[in-house]
Amino acid sequence: MVMFGIDLVLLIPALMISATPVLLAAIGEAVVEKSGVLNLGVEGMMITGAVIGFIIAVNTQIPIYGFICAAFAGALLSIIFAILTQYMMSNQVATGLGLTMVGLGLSALIGKPYEGIKSPTLTKLEIPILSDIPILGPMIFSHDAIVYFSIFVIASVAFIIKKTRIGLILRAVGENQDAAHALGYKVIRIRFIAIMFGGATAGIGGAYISLARVPQWTEGMTAGAGWIALALVVFASWKPWRVLVGAYLFGGITVLQLNLQAIGVAIPVEILSMSPYLVTIVVLVGISLFGHQTAPGSLARPFHASQ
Amino acid sequence: MKFKSILTGVLLAFGLGTAAIAADVKVGFVYVGPIGDGGWTYEHDKGRLAVEKHFGDRVETIYQENVPEGADAERVMTTMAMQGADLIFTTSFGYMDPTINVAKKFPNVKFEHATGYKRSDNVSTYSARFYEGRAIQGHIAGKMTKTNKVGYIASFPIPEVIRGINSAYIHAKKVNPNIEFNIIWVYTWFDPAKEADAAKALIDQGADVVLQHTDSTAPQAAAKEAGNVITFGQASDMGEYAPMPRVSSIIDDWAPYYVARTQAVLDGSWESVDTWDGIGPGMVGIGEISDAVPADVKAEALAMRDAIANGTYHPFTGPIKKQDGSDWLGAGETSDDGTLLGMNFYVEGITAEVPQ
Amino acid sequence: MIKLEKRRTISKLWTGLTPLIAVFLTMLFGGLMFGLLLGDLSSAFGAIKLIFWDPLFDENFASYARPQLLVKAGPIILIAIGLSIGFKAGIWNIGAEGQYILGAIFGASVALSLFPHESIFIFPAMVLAGAFGGFIWALIPAVLKVYFKTNEILVSLMLVYVAENILASVSQGLLRNPDGMGFPGSRNLKDYPSAHNSEIITNSGMHWGVLTAFLSVILAYFLFLKHQKGYEIRITGEAPKAAYFAGINPSKTIIFCMGMSGLLAGMAGLFEVAGPAGQITISFNSGYGFTAIIVAFLGRLNPLGILMAGLLMALTYIGGEIAQLMLGLPGASIQLLQGMLLFFLLATDIFTNYSFKTRGS
Repeated sequence: MVMFGIDLVLLIPALMISATPVLLAAIGEAVVEKSGVLNLGVEGMMITGAVIGFIIAVNTQIPIYGFICAAFAGALLSIIFAILTQYMMSNQVATGLGLTMVGLGLSALIGKPYEGIKSPTLTKLEIPILSDIPILGPMIFSHDAIVYFSIFVIASVAFIIKKTRIGLILRAVGENQDAAHALGYKVIRIRFIAIMFGGATAGIGGAYISLARVPQWTEGMTAGAGWIALALVVFASWKPWRVLVGAYLFGGITVLQLNLQAIGVAIPVEILSMSPYLVTIVVLVGISLFGHQTAPGSLARPFHASQ
Repeated sequence: MKFKSILTGVLLAFGLGTAAIAADVKVGFVYVGPIGDGGWTYEHDKGRLAVEKHFGDRVETIYQENVPEGADAERVMTTMAMQGADLIFTTSFGYMDPTINVAKKFPNVKFEHATGYKRSDNVSTYSARFYEGRAIQGHIAGKMTKTNKVGYIASFPIPEVIRGINSAYIHAKKVNPNIEFNIIWVYTWFDPAKEADAAKALIDQGADVVLQHTDSTAPQAAAKEAGNVITFGQASDMGEYAPMPRVSSIIDDWAPYYVARTQAVLDGSWESVDTWDGIGPGMVGIGEISDAVPADVKAEALAMRDAIANGTYHPFTGPIKKQDGSDWLGAGETSDDGTLLGMNFYVEGITAEVPQ
Repeated sequence: MIKLEKRRTISKLWTGLTPLIAVFLTMLFGGLMFGLLLGDLSSAFGAIKLIFWDPLFDENFASYARPQLLVKAGPIILIAIGLSIGFKAGIWNIGAEGQYILGAIFGASVALSLFPHESIFIFPAMVLAGAFGGFIWALIPAVLKVYFKTNEILVSLMLVYVAENILASVSQGLLRNPDGMGFPGSRNLKDYPSAHNSEIITNSGMHWGVLTAFLSVILAYFLFLKHQKGYEIRITGEAPKAAYFAGINPSKTIIFCMGMSGLLAGMAGLFEVAGPAGQITISFNSGYGFTAIIVAFLGRLNPLGILMAGLLMALTYIGGEIAQLMLGLPGASIQLLQGMLLFFLLATDIFTNYSFKTRGS
């Protein structure tokens, strides 16, 4: 299905693959921020997931193990952040930045022996019947497991936050930590779990870059994906399905501009290259104009039970 | 380093202590990327290792990777010089001004700047005629493509890259008049994720050959996944992707040059020169052409390689017109180095425009 | 059972002690890390000495390294001071890197358009242009926040990427050196005396940017301690509702804080491009805008603290480079070391703000 010279059957899958890492990281961070914590260390957790996932996949030759270990690695790293910010009351912005630095440095060190090595890649899943639908089949139903997993995570988070008691508690803790505490909810414990969840998804997202998108390991290979994820959370107004839209939009424009260049469209390259970021700003302003951002009320405020 | 000190200790103990525990010459290397990039910096480091192997204890090498261009580069070079380096290789165009500046402060230290154009009494420049390798790639691409679309992942619109595009295009077009080049500018020398995306976009647009002027193996991996797309290794052989998609490669072989220059410093015969070597002197290597290439094409490619190597064929031989239709080279006329060095125009037939 | 109780006033003793403890812990654990990387602990100690001690005091290096500390710390401190103004008010300018780039571009453009005329007015004009460039780049997120309530973290961050693309574009087009053989990159300002940001005292490393950084520390100190504006900023950050009731105009505060931080970042960019870097190139920016965020926090958003933290950070960079060169340590280990330093400071900070009390006392 070709539109303006670009085959959508090829563009849509490429966009989905490009967006999946930030999608995963962003949904995790959205949960974290919903609980009232701002973790700027997404980049560090992603790259740690990328390196650990790569190492395990190369050593076991089974990519899925890589992803599982990446999730653990991301969660473990986030525990440092959790302890510092929740128990030791450190400034969240600074701690998050420190986490990024530690993650980048640590991953580069661990990954040194693995530079230039090939890893086993994920196979695309063929879903009986659905994959064979013309146009939609190859477009949406022929992806690898992680792409589907990422959509599943979005759906689950959306459901849990809106419809379950846990989701309500999470939101309460994020909106008004003191009131939640007064009601008997364990603010710190809930935030701890949220932070770990964010770490795990960021880890999986990072591993997707090193195992599926590229696939290779090089130091610093996330190249700012963590920051994009953070931006997407705000862009999505902390709503799960909007995270998906935002990620696909951003990934879509990134992939689209490359395709436009490939066709030879006469727009200057730098403008095409800037376009994902400009579009994000424009859409964000639009959202701010027509709705209002509902940041969780207690976002980035340290909680200290004082009684 | 620790092993070395144990060894010399043992030798001394046995009265076999060599007089030259300290090396005669210290050679420094400044790298713009990581030595594990599998491309540009990796090959420079191989050159360094070759120097170490060739000279043994007479030469000590030091290096630093991931040095940003600008003030940091100047500081690293200065520190190397202060530590007693006699010869310093600076392996990126962006190190040009820092190299000249530091060279002024250390007139007794020799500097070798890769791909630059400024020299001084103690600064030489060197580069490789990569376009010779591109000619061979273009020929193979033109012959093997079924879709007549060649994708080119270009880094920055500098003469070296434009030269490569032109050379590949000329030779692809010669054997395939219907050939079309799609060019994506990624504005980086090394970014695996971006390169993978660019390769996919080109393949999605119908290219079944992907050429790259970026350093990672990501495009090869993307091509492998797509299947039926051929690629060429860049800067290093990338042989792990042979025989498909990588059907050949351009290999930067700096070792002969590095050894020769180090020898010149040892002999005291070092002088500032500008070196632009190609396939002939061995600076540009053509990687093993795989069996995926039909035998006749392979033979032609090898013949072209040999002709370029012994000087009987120049990749930029007219008649060639510039993209805007104006004349450039007449029939049989070959381009002079000056034009090539400052090349900022496409040849006739390429439909895109050079950025800016 | 041990409980944490928030102190009523920040402990002065611990404020001074924690950085020392943090540095000590960093040396300890950093040393362990180097030991693991190098294979033995004695060279680990040597590595720590190379990083923290030698650049300052070693007879071979220090005379070169000490001025380099100023060169490296200057722009970072300048940007960090600007950022701290905003951070204190809860206004998060994450896009200083972009403002730095725009300042450099504006300033360099002034110089390149006047080339080759010589005049003492050129350099001051460049500084103003640089400040202006950074200022308007920061104004975009500020205005969007004031009028549309758009989050400034996101906008300022996105604008960093936009700025990098603009930099690439001008390096190859508008500002490209006509004598440069077609290569990207502007003329080198070191060859243009009127425009060159030279050292005020030769070989001291102290160029106009470093001087400005020191001045900014002093000015910021007085701003926060004595000036009404500084008081307003602190209140906006610490107690927004109180600020509102006190009649402090939040819009003006936002514009002031973002504008100032952009202005200072832009100046830092100008001083860097006219000085140590020399030319506008595609890869001109080296992350100072982000390092400055860390330094701002390391310095606890206090001008004098930022000065010290900036110098300490520069020490780890310079010393780290030497350690890499002489010991073959990977660059990533230095980054890890810096992250450790930040973590330890954040962890020990708990003693400054909270005290331990045992229950039942």
